[in-house]
Amino acid sequence: MNPTPASAIAAPREPTIFDLSRSGRRAEAQMPQAMAADVPPALRRRRRPLLPEVSELQAVRHYTRLSQLNFSIDTHFYPLGSCTMKYNPRGCNQYAMLPEFLGRHPLAPVVQGQGYLQCMYELQEMLKEVTGMQGVSLTPMAGAQGEFAGVAMIRAYHHARGDLDRTEIIVPEAAHGTNPATATMCGMKVIEIPCNADGDCDIESLRKVVGPRTAGIMLTNPSTLGVFERHIAELRALVHDAGGLLYYDGANLNAILGKVRPGDMGFDVIHMNLHKTFSTPHGGGGPGAGAVGVGARLLPFLPIPVVGCDAKGYRYLDERDLPQSIGRLSGFMGNSGVLLRAYIYMRMVGREGMQRIGEYATLNANYLLARFRHEGFEPAYPTRRATHEFILTMKHSARDLGVTAMDFAKRLLDFGYHAPTTYFPLLVPECLLIEPTETEAKEALDGFVAAMVAIRKESVEDAALLKGAPHTLPVRRLDDVRAAKHLDLTWKPAA
Amino acid sequence: MSNNVPADLRYTKSHEWVRRNSDGTATVGITDHAQHALGDIVFAETPEAGRTLAAGDACAVVESVKAASDVYSPLAGTVVAGNAALADAPEKINTDPYGDGWLWQLTPADAAAVDALLDAAGYQRVLAESAE
Amino acid sequence: MAFIPHTPDDVREMLDTIGVASIDELFDEIPATLRAGPLTGIPPAMSEMQIGRLMSERAARDGRPLNFIGAGAYEHHIPAAVWAITTRGEIYTAYTPYQAEASQGTLQTIYEYQSMIASLTAMEVSNASLYDGASGLAEACLMSVRANRRSKSSRILMPRAVNPIYRKCSGAIAGNQGLRFEEVAFDPSTGQTAVESLAGYEGDDITAIVIQQPNFFGVLEDVDRLTDWGHAHGALVIAVVNPTSLALLKPPGEWGEKGVDIAVGEGQPLGVPLSSGGPYFGFMATRMEHVRQMPGRIVGRTLDLDGRPGFTLTLQAREQHIRRGKATSNICTNQGLLMTAATIYLSIVGPEGLERIASASMARTAQLAAAACAVDGVRAAFVSPRFHEILLRLDTPVAAVLEALASRGIAGGYDASGDYPELAPALLVCATETKTDEDIARYANALAAALGAARAA
Repeated sequence: MNPTPASAIAAPREPTIFDLSRSGRRAEAQMPQAMAADVPPALRRRRRPLLPEVSELQAVRHYTRLSQLNFSIDTHFYPLGSCTMKYNPRGCNQYAMLPEFLGRHPLAPVVQGQGYLQCMYELQEMLKEVTGMQGVSLTPMAGAQGEFAGVAMIRAYHHARGDLDRTEIIVPEAAHGTNPATATMCGMKVIEIPCNADGDCDIESLRKVVGPRTAGIMLTNPSTLGVFERHIAELRALVHDAGGLLYYDGANLNAILGKVRPGDMGFDVIHMNLHKTFSTPHGGGGPGAGAVGVGARLLPFLPIPVVGCDAKGYRYLDERDLPQSIGRLSGFMGNSGVLLRAYIYMRMVGREGMQRIGEYATLNANYLLARFRHEGFEPAYPTRRATHEFILTMKHSARDLGVTAMDFAKRLLDFGYHAPTTYFPLLVPECLLIEPTETEAKEALDGFVAAMVAIRKESVEDAALLKGAPHTLPVRRLDDVRAAKHLDLTWKPAA
Repeated sequence: MSNNVPADLRYTKSHEWVRRNSDGTATVGITDHAQHALGDIVFAETPEAGRTLAAGDACAVVESVKAASDVYSPLAGTVVAGNAALADAPEKINTDPYGDGWLWQLTPADAAAVDALLDAAGYQRVLAESAE
Repeated sequence: MAFIPHTPDDVREMLDTIGVASIDELFDEIPATLRAGPLTGIPPAMSEMQIGRLMSERAARDGRPLNFIGAGAYEHHIPAAVWAITTRGEIYTAYTPYQAEASQGTLQTIYEYQSMIASLTAMEVSNASLYDGASGLAEACLMSVRANRRSKSSRILMPRAVNPIYRKCSGAIAGNQGLRFEEVAFDPSTGQTAVESLAGYEGDDITAIVIQQPNFFGVLEDVDRLTDWGHAHGALVIAVVNPTSLALLKPPGEWGEKGVDIAVGEGQPLGVPLSSGGPYFGFMATRMEHVRQMPGRIVGRTLDLDGRPGFTLTLQAREQHIRRGKATSNICTNQGLLMTAATIYLSIVGPEGLERIASASMARTAQLAAAACAVDGVRAAFVSPRFHEILLRLDTPVAAVLEALASRGIAGGYDASGDYPELAPALLVCATETKTDEDIARYANALAAALGAARAA
């Protein structure tokens, strides 16, 4: 395959919905009965909002066409490292969208929600089992909110013991940016520690910073460098002996699902990204779900509501049941519809399937890594096994040819592959973080390697082709500087 | 990478420069090295006149597409003015870091404190070390 | 059923390429003592057919009661096209638009969304959405501390008439950073937050004041006076608004002399199903001068290498992946799917449709209020203009009444007695355009019967 670089290709374009609008046009079938409303004149809106006036067909066609400008899992291999872009089974969507589930008001009496609540209760139990934790709350609405809940619980734990000086959270420098941002949101001071050349945390640096001010450490294991933290037992002992707690960032749980449990590794608290490991859809950037699990010490502090079960059935546990809870993080109980999808996925995968996920995600990553190695690409951590993902560094292409990781990423789009994660983690120069997931077939992986090999050949013969890529998409590279300097954030009618 | 380090200015390890003005005030900006590292600057926020600064206070922000960096006050003192022209033309920091791209002017609490900062040779050594 | 495509031949070939004998060998860097045993607590796999049957049975147990609950989540008709398009794979299974060239659909949709929210609220800019309305208010409070440079107090005035869950959520999320929330009383006869009750704060350093319109009781606040009070006292003004109501009510950008500084709210009424509380989305809009203090993703229109217009994430330097510990928030994503549904919803209903929906909801609630207050033992808690909710005071405890209504297939309202003991027994009810004359009559009859039975017991 050699995608034509000709910019002559008529890229699909679509005007904005406002450009389609004509005064007085409307979707008649959606109009409710006209009824008079008695609004006090001083509080009445004077001018109508600038919303489009289009027919139902125009709206349907417009958003269908826009959707066709996207890459997605359903249409493309999407090896975006750290994001676990695996197949989102359609059955999970269909059965989470049964009319009774969609129509249930969050404050409806629990007698009118026993079916839903049973699913939630069982989901909590299954998440406890796969993580080895003692309690789970489903309420955080995304990974970042799960992190927030985790660090807030660590803080609440120390405070409850009168240990008010523990104000520092240790974070390895390879961590996701959310880790330090979360610690700050919880009023904590962030202490960053380096990683060594093999990608493990530097134990000596940790030894120097742990102490009576340590509230806890946030670890991602396997780390964002795509390797398993081998000194986990030593790390745990160091932090626990100093009186700190261990936070497990579950971003990479897919790598070890069914093989190792964070609870068994000694972690006190974990957040899980259900939209990664348990395959709920990413939806163009959300909704996610960031359930948290805790060990015995943090049980009283779980965010509410949690679903409990007694002789009368299932019900929400609230302030009265968990008076020491860190409180509420959402209007009701988080992203319920996402939680239902995760529940259905876990029931379909089942006990044996759960263990196969970690195994095949790891097999696919190591196979891709081996193929790339054979083709002469350079792994960032050549002595290490891949976990569910791995990093290639393009630093030699960048130095010798001026062709960067970003150029490879953009050219991959022309070949019909979503780009891997670029420029994260920040530690590795010119990196591509590649995560194939367990749901991709060998042929897809081989095709991806072939595309990378072809692009590398192009980079030697015609670097300009890469620098100008992509060539076949609806737009070419966009001017980010212009976007930030001349902010155009809303549509305005032509003057 | 360009390393324009004028001999008549003072510097910090965090890549700010200071110019002593004849009226006793001092002007602060970021170095040529710093503006290169940040890339195209799209926004700058400077301190308000009258604000009291301690040495090391994060009191300005320069933002490029890929980074937002705090700028730390090299000196304690009172702000005379921020560079209002940067609001419409932040790219002046890229094109003229030691001139029109200045960030703020202050009256130092201690005039002698300027002398304690790095001189051009000292800053050159900082750059040489970080390049290794 | 782990959705794994590998054939035995594939596995053998792949292991050979890697140079290991078994998949297990790939885990040899993990200490043996840490390896997990069988996950006995996970039930065996189910086929799609089996899980479909199980879920249908569970859904049937929940039933489809006739709903009169609002209290932050509102039942509106959703055009069929909204979710038919939103669940297309190209939208449903895409991720955050980091690769702008491969995400123009998502990015343009966000740009259109931002335009609609800005116009609906009469504010200058909107972000790409937050998690939900409650956490959106917490983010707005944190933002006000960054944006109000003159204030050093981090004190936020929070009326007691603001949704109690929003107040709790703001405390849980923003409290860790030293924000102090101070409760402002409501007038017991009108249910409004009276400007007079702010007299005690005269001369104080106040960072921001929150105004919810309509407030939790469904009552319309005197937003102009409250907004002007806030600005006159150096505070930023944060509006919490219902998006449907904005088709009829004065938008926050026009409150008082200058308009508010930050507007947030729950986006669920715009095409998102009730779904036991989520996923919903929070919207947030502000003035251009505060755009860099706004959390969350923002999309801008720019040009590509060929000078053609295109859309991209912008102002990313505020965000956690670049700014780390100094980011405006730890939020990564927006609620992309829900925001997409809302954009399609607003396109289909249009300005006239939204106004009709708001008017019909208001009219149906007036009808419900009249019918309910005609029942013996029921009266309105406040005599004030309202939108599409009303707080009823009953002469018997609410819990038993709701139970009796539930047994008749009615979700009868929200028991506000716990949040507002001073008003107990208090029941918050709501009607939208989805309710008919018959529905309202059925509710009133059931309420009369339930109250009668409770009194007899």
